[in-house]
Amino acid sequence: MSSRAVIAEGVCKLYRLGKTQDTLARTMSEALVGMIRRTPAADKQAQDLWALEDVSFEIAEGEVVGVIGRNGAGKSTLLKLLSRLTEPTRGRITVDGKVGSLLEIGTGFHPELTGRENIFLNGTILGLKRADIARRFDDIVAFAEIDRFLDTPVKRYSSGMYVRLAFAVAAHLEPDILIVDEVLAVGDVAFQRKCLGRMGQVAEEGRTVIFVSHNLAAIKSLCTRALLLQGGRLTADGPVEETVSKYLDATWPMTADGSIPETDARFGSGQALLRTVRVTNGSGDHIEQIYLGQPFRVTALYEVRERLKDIVMEVGISTPEGMRIVTAGSTDDGGKPMEMEPGMQEITVELDLTLLPHPQYVVDVAMHQLSGLTIDWVERAAQFSALNVAQRGTDSYPWNSVRGYVRPRARWFTSAPAES
Amino acid sequence: MEPTRGWRALKLGELWAYRDLFWLLAWRDVRVRYKQTVLGIGWAVLQPVVTIVVFTLIFGRLAKVPSDGIPYPAFAFSALLPWTLFATALSRAANSLVTNASLLTKVYFPRLILPAGAVLMNLVDFGISLVVLLGLLAWYHIVPGIPVLLLPLFLLYAVVAALALGIWMAALNVRYRDVQFALPFIVQMGMFISPVVYPASLVPSAFRLLFDLNPMTLVIQGFRWALLGTAAPTPLMLISIPLVALLLVSGVFYFRRTERYFADII
Repeated sequence: MSSRAVIAEGVCKLYRLGKTQDTLARTMSEALVGMIRRTPAADKQAQDLWALEDVSFEIAEGEVVGVIGRNGAGKSTLLKLLSRLTEPTRGRITVDGKVGSLLEIGTGFHPELTGRENIFLNGTILGLKRADIARRFDDIVAFAEIDRFLDTPVKRYSSGMYVRLAFAVAAHLEPDILIVDEVLAVGDVAFQRKCLGRMGQVAEEGRTVIFVSHNLAAIKSLCTRALLLQGGRLTADGPVEETVSKYLDATWPMTADGSIPETDARFGSGQALLRTVRVTNGSGDHIEQIYLGQPFRVTALYEVRERLKDIVMEVGISTPEGMRIVTAGSTDDGGKPMEMEPGMQEITVELDLTLLPHPQYVVDVAMHQLSGLTIDWVERAAQFSALNVAQRGTDSYPWNSVRGYVRPRARWFTSAPAES
Repeated sequence: MEPTRGWRALKLGELWAYRDLFWLLAWRDVRVRYKQTVLGIGWAVLQPVVTIVVFTLIFGRLAKVPSDGIPYPAFAFSALLPWTLFATALSRAANSLVTNASLLTKVYFPRLILPAGAVLMNLVDFGISLVVLLGLLAWYHIVPGIPVLLLPLFLLYAVVAALALGIWMAALNVRYRDVQFALPFIVQMGMFISPVVYPASLVPSAFRLLFDLNPMTLVIQGFRWALLGTAAPTPLMLISIPLVALLLVSGVFYFRRTERYFADII
């Protein structure tokens, strides 16, 4: 356990943007111009992008490490470097052991070849010996569940079959270090489970696993440690729980203190004006994301300009496109209308519902009078996101595609059909 | 792994370690080549046969190109055989990296496998054409003499020459797609500066040295000598050997030096 599988020391990787394709003519003319004018050619304006900057870490043998970060944070670049596909611009990466990398499912599959042939082809490309593949052939076929189509060209496969076959080959690799990039984003749910299970198994065998995914639930369940990349820098490296929550905090930064800009479109009589709206957790802390099933509060601060009575508050949750999902009214279920004195007035509602994971929900807040007159109505007063994991990791949203917005409280029954 | 500077070791041992992959990729290319065609491997026969018929009509009959006293079809085919091997091997090698870009950006392996495999797989077609040629020789009652034992050497030389140039082209093609446009043109011109449709004896002595620098001159002259019993290659034709050697060594070095950026720029 003590020996190190991966050591990265001050790794930097520079990409040049805006100059993706040289042509011989341009290179030569640049060289000519350079010789004559002794000044750099105008095209040197190409934009430099540091995909990775000064990234250092060590991974011990047998560790299962997740890599998280937003798109463009450098995750893929890091994996490419670890897989030896490209070299760092600066710094050094030492990888000790046979690396099996799955940067894409079905790498090297040839559409014209049959499933059987592709097993050998793909396996060899991923670093297996022919004899090893032959030995494990039956396992691979069983795992992929494609035995009937073994001798059909894979171009006639359904995409599900294709993915299953591809992962099956990959799952039977026996590298010292397994590098996996988001391959679980494909396939049906049952198969995803199977893949995760297989990866867990690989990890239990004591192999080093490096796993990149946006599926935080998968990262949490599989990894013990996680690296967080932000803008090419390694900003967190530690136990998976800590890194994940750091990522969540960083990904949806507090945009403001919840105050409503004067310029915001609002509608109403103006007898009271909404000043701030905050989404908070049970202990009153402002939150930008809610865990799966976490009750949360919406606190609205009003500047009340005159004495008001028969007030009905309304808080709605909508999609960013403006589709209302749920509405809570303060007179629902026999609630009493409110009365308000001039001055600042804070109103809080606690919502207990399970919102399905979506990156953005918006909060609409309105104050009406029982008569139906609207005093103040602000749409998109606040926003938050819903995560696919529960706060204590007790629950997670397992599906790849999220259908709907709200999970109802449901009870399930099974029984044999009644005898007639 | 760190940024390598200067000429790093060629790591030829690594190539050996990946020999399984090498054979498999070559096997894949051969396997896939004639898939979903009606004639299948028949194309490997049909193409040279039709070419020879056309060449015979145009160069043999119409232009009356001399053929050192050999029936024109046998004369042309014995040169076309190594030339086709060289030309297709070169083109395939040059494009091998670009056509396998998806592989290149996803999996690590010594990249030299690709152009090398692309060159070698053409030996399959060569073998088939060779059988056709032998049939042609039998038809004309031409019996190769002792020099035929040297045929494998000339074949090897053609392969090495294609590899030497192909490695350069493949590496350049990754960065400069100009290669894709230039190459068919170069290959076409190459056939006319090589003694494919005409005998080497036709070349005026003023251009002799330039002519002999072309490695395919040696190969073709050698093939004709081995199969048809025409004049042996002149010692001057050996001049291309150091040239090819230089091209091969520098090509492998250049390839190895640039391959670490292939995945970034392809």
